[in-house]
Amino acid sequence: MAENIRVLMAKVGLDGHDRGVRVVARCLRDAGLDVVYTGLHRTPEEVVDAAVQEDVDVLGVSLLSGAHMTAFPRIMKRLKERGVSDIILLGGGVIPDEDVVALKKMGVAEILLQDTPPNVIVDTVRRLVRERGAR
Amino acid sequence: MSKIELENPQAVQDEVRDWEQREVTSFLTKQKERKEQFYTSGGFPVKRTYTVLDAQQTPVEDIGLPGRFPFTRGPYPTMYRSRFWTMRQIAGFGTGEDTNKRFKYLISQGQTGLSVDFDMPTLMGYDSDHPMSEGEVGREGVAVDTVADMEALFDEIDLEKISVSMTINPSAWILLAMYVVLAEKRGFDPNKLSGTIQADILKEYMAQKEYIFPIEPSVRIVRDCITYCARNMKRYNPINLSGYHISEAGSSPLHEVAFTLCNLITYVEEVIKTGMNVDEFAPRLAFFFVCQTDFFEEIAKFRATRRAYARIMRDRFGARNPESMRLRFHCQTAAASLTRPQYKINVIRTAFQALSAVLGGAQSLHTNGMDEAFAIPTEEAMKIALRTQQIIAEETNVANVVDPLGGSYFLESLTDDYEKKIFDIIDEVDKLGGTIKLIQESWFQKHIADYAYDTAIKKQTGDKPVIGVNKYIEPEEKLDVELHPHDETTAERQINRLRRVRKERDNAKVSALLEQLVKVAKDPSANIMPVTIDLVREGASMGDIVEKLKKLWGTYRENPVY
Repeated sequence: MAENIRVLMAKVGLDGHDRGVRVVARCLRDAGLDVVYTGLHRTPEEVVDAAVQEDVDVLGVSLLSGAHMTAFPRIMKRLKERGVSDIILLGGGVIPDEDVVALKKMGVAEILLQDTPPNVIVDTVRRLVRERGAR
Repeated sequence: MSKIELENPQAVQDEVRDWEQREVTSFLTKQKERKEQFYTSGGFPVKRTYTVLDAQQTPVEDIGLPGRFPFTRGPYPTMYRSRFWTMRQIAGFGTGEDTNKRFKYLISQGQTGLSVDFDMPTLMGYDSDHPMSEGEVGREGVAVDTVADMEALFDEIDLEKISVSMTINPSAWILLAMYVVLAEKRGFDPNKLSGTIQADILKEYMAQKEYIFPIEPSVRIVRDCITYCARNMKRYNPINLSGYHISEAGSSPLHEVAFTLCNLITYVEEVIKTGMNVDEFAPRLAFFFVCQTDFFEEIAKFRATRRAYARIMRDRFGARNPESMRLRFHCQTAAASLTRPQYKINVIRTAFQALSAVLGGAQSLHTNGMDEAFAIPTEEAMKIALRTQQIIAEETNVANVVDPLGGSYFLESLTDDYEKKIFDIIDEVDKLGGTIKLIQESWFQKHIADYAYDTAIKKQTGDKPVIGVNKYIEPEEKLDVELHPHDETTAERQINRLRRVRKERDNAKVSALLEQLVKVAKDPSANIMPVTIDLVREGASMGDIVEKLKKLWGTYRENPVY
């Protein structure tokens, strides 16, 4: 039976670095996951709304602009407002170590930094969905 | 065309064959080679060794002499024997005052040119107090809303003496206008200002993805910058045609340069349509490429691109002035090659990349900071990066001979391969309907995404070794990296100045000029620069101008491919 994991990949804010997000989207798609990519320049709120509408298991947000400590809190806030607790939030990009710790404390399930091999990304997504259990 | 004449080519061929049958074969039975077939990073097959027989394939005129058509060996006859390349470390963070301090530090350390990195709101044409700017003001670069910020940024820096490169694209013409007004205020002669705005919008749609308006009005703005500078700022480069971002977005080195030349062709065609002669503006077209990790491939890439450019300008566009055929480029080491693990070894990566830029004949160079896989670089990281260039320039002696690798059997052969493939791609793009059409069809974007994906897979499998990442890993590594701190008061300081400017300016005048801007924008034959200069002189902000034009032209949204 197909695993049917649904993922929304997203870019928020003005950051245009999309090499990573598109590689990740393709790796997940090639691994058989159901992937949607928002394209660039979305607001944190738009991204959460799209994730809810698409009924995804995982929301992956890529940021290389240094604005992660502004963007992720807004995403968390919107998730709360929408009453969502079962979407797994993942982060990726150029993020300093101390911010990684802070973001995880905030509720981001995992931060996958640059040079994370594609197979590790796929495995991480599957593991997190498995650990969350069925909805 | 003349070729290298051998007295007895058959004898040479026989000797090579004999060598293969004896020495090579006997050695291979003892020890196999590391791979069945070797390739460059960009996928060009390379042979065991190259001989004079390979060199015979290259017409002697194609190699030529430095400073003479086809410029394979360099744009100038004496190159670094006269003057080293410009050491141009990019900097930008916080407000104008913050970056001004970094500039002065870099100049005091021996840097010879300035290069400005702007924050995302400035790059995308938003004012610092726009909701989209939240969290981004002064973060990845310096924040500029109005001329007042430019005054702070270049305070006490003599702009007639030092060249300033500004990395900015969809909003570049506004920054150029601000630079003009700043020069006016400080009493500088516009014809003595030397510098560059990047303003290469086509590669934004392809790769870097900083765009505001649809393609057509955006290209028109670039055209306007080029014609304005040709008439009013004789020493200024109105565009920096950039392969760098195409490469960093994931493309192959071949696509980096070939796509850049496709963009060149589009811009030149647009400017010529205004009636301007190619020799009036082509001498100020400038380029910007990356230097990646494959040492010889990068050098061949630079040499081949110079040759291809010379031919395009002469044969396709009928340029007659040699200056129009001489490709000058800035080079930057490859940011995406930098690693977090064992980050200090990034210094070594950067040094080799920089050496390939110098051996490839770059006119200016930025070497990356070792800590850039974490954040924007610290002062210490920038100093080491600058020292890397100074060591190459002053200790290694590589700068004493022009194109020291010219005539290398291998390098000339690879240069030829590169040039041929560049023209194959240009022909294909011509046949498929041209650059703008293919951008709209995501043709370039797909090629870039495919190569980025292949690279990620090659790193995963170890096919592409990256020391510290997939080889010689230190799982227990403790990072002791000190990062550039972000000053949390930046946005507030920046927004305060913007509000002050808005309060002090003559708002009726600004509104009238904004209406004038719309009129000019609606007339595709008009030049948008003069009215923009008037606007920023009166205190209009970047956001004022961009928002007004968004209403007229709309915005661009891409259909992403992956």
